[in-house]
Amino acid sequence: MALLTLSSPHAHGPNATSRIMLTVALATLPGLAVMTWFFGPGTLINVILAGLTAVVCEALVLKARKYPVGFFLKDNTALVTGVLLGLALPPLAPWWITVIATAFAIIFAKQIYGGMGNNPFNPAMIGYALVLVSFPVQMTTNWAVSFQMSGSEVAGLTDTLRAIFAGSADVADVYTGATPLDDYKHLISKETSDELLTRATFNGWLNGGWEWMNLAFLAGGVFLMLKRIITWHIPVSMLAALTLCSLVFGWDHDLYTPTWLHLFSGATMLGAFFIATDPVSASTTPKGKLIYGAGIGILLFVIRTWGAYPDAVAFAVLLMNFAAPFIDAYTQPRTYGHSKARRGLKTGK
Amino acid sequence: MATKSLSEISLDGLWKNNPALVQLLGLCPLLAVTGSVVNALGLGLATMMVLVGSNLSVSLIRNHVSDAVRLPAFVMIIASFVTVAELVMQAFTYELYEVLGIFIPLIVTNCAILGRADAFACKNPVLPSVVDGVMMAIGFTVVLVALGAMREILGQGVIFGNMDLLFGPAAADWKITLFSNYPDFLFAILPPGAFVCMGLLIAVKNLIDADIKKRADARKAPVETGSKRVRVTGKIS
Repeated sequence: MALLTLSSPHAHGPNATSRIMLTVALATLPGLAVMTWFFGPGTLINVILAGLTAVVCEALVLKARKYPVGFFLKDNTALVTGVLLGLALPPLAPWWITVIATAFAIIFAKQIYGGMGNNPFNPAMIGYALVLVSFPVQMTTNWAVSFQMSGSEVAGLTDTLRAIFAGSADVADVYTGATPLDDYKHLISKETSDELLTRATFNGWLNGGWEWMNLAFLAGGVFLMLKRIITWHIPVSMLAALTLCSLVFGWDHDLYTPTWLHLFSGATMLGAFFIATDPVSASTTPKGKLIYGAGIGILLFVIRTWGAYPDAVAFAVLLMNFAAPFIDAYTQPRTYGHSKARRGLKTGK
Repeated sequence: MATKSLSEISLDGLWKNNPALVQLLGLCPLLAVTGSVVNALGLGLATMMVLVGSNLSVSLIRNHVSDAVRLPAFVMIIASFVTVAELVMQAFTYELYEVLGIFIPLIVTNCAILGRADAFACKNPVLPSVVDGVMMAIGFTVVLVALGAMREILGQGVIFGNMDLLFGPAAADWKITLFSNYPDFLFAILPPGAFVCMGLLIAVKNLIDADIKKRADARKAPVETGSKRVRVTGKIS
């Protein structure tokens, strides 16, 4: 390298992996702040715990694989996995859920496949799916209720710490409740939409915390798009597919979750801008990204509406991760200088 | 086929050519019923019964059945032994038989058994065939039990639960609770956990093999530092 004479342009590329990943982590901050404000400090603690676990696990595995630990830790990918997982988990989930999910995400979903850039599945969502399948009780009963829904204060720092680290059930009983998606899905068979929406869980538009949280993640996602870290394709096609499905199949709000609830509740915006757009496990061609995003949107609607789970970002993203290499193979753009794009799974020639 | 000594056959079955870890045969029962030690051991013993019986019979008839019809003949033999195993389990360990359910009759489709019949027993005399059957079955059972133990510990925090299904009422209190208050880790109990545990076992085996190879290589070529290369040109006067 020392003997190599470089010609111009001598532009310095600012988009090193570590910088991109740090920007992604920073872009989640508005969402994190909103979640902390509305639902208490549980998410903040989860994010810190998951981030720490992710970095420690990454370092241990890199050490075991005899890789340069410092060099690979500096790319911040483990940190982002931890942060996303911390945001996705229920705010008052016990600490060992966060640790198990993060350790599994880093060790099994990322490093066993070869580390950064080689994982076929989104590590954070693998971790989430693991604990969701394994510990259904803890994963569904620890969603904090915002102070606007409960009409009282959210869990303070000491109560949150007790709930997370000491497993005090009394804290969880006071401050947790069903999420809006869960409530709507299970109660709509008993009540009309108008009756249901007067319940404390919903409390009108922009009054439950969930809408603000999704708007904050939307803002973070737009910031990432402006920084050109993600392209518009996946989020737009995912949200469009979700909207379209819910307008066509779920137009009757006395039977199905309304569109605005689909878009601004649960993990929709976090999923659309931060999870589905993972550069490693997502589709990479422009057309492929549109198909991939639309697939996630459709699956999200299908599982939320007819599946057993109230929210489905993790499963939708993982299912489309399976399809991403196939989609990529069939959506290769035409290379400049070639008359036709080379598509399909044929090798050679 | 060069004849192998009995100890070579044993090593093949137990380690080098282990049906579960190397040949990856019979994965369906392996992954489906290894939720606990007792299930794994029950299925392992049933498989052993069938494998030894089929290897013995196939070896006995090997000079009387033509190549063209050998596979149907093997399948008939294996199916008969599976039926015997099923009836034996119904008679002596009925609860375990009910727990294992469809996976007892499914032993007949276990590729490890047909594989040994076709690859070994039909080409070898009786004694090596029986030894091969026993060793392959032990290798298979050990992996089954290891998987069962891993999944029982990870999934429920206990080990040797419900052993009375297999060993009678005396074994009812063999259960060891490793962690009290353990929240069931459903992933380990469900089939995906079996895949992950299986992968870990294979990784451990490969690790041990690599280590053995490294030691063997180190022993093979003891070149002393400072020793000279052998001269291959020029005259030695």
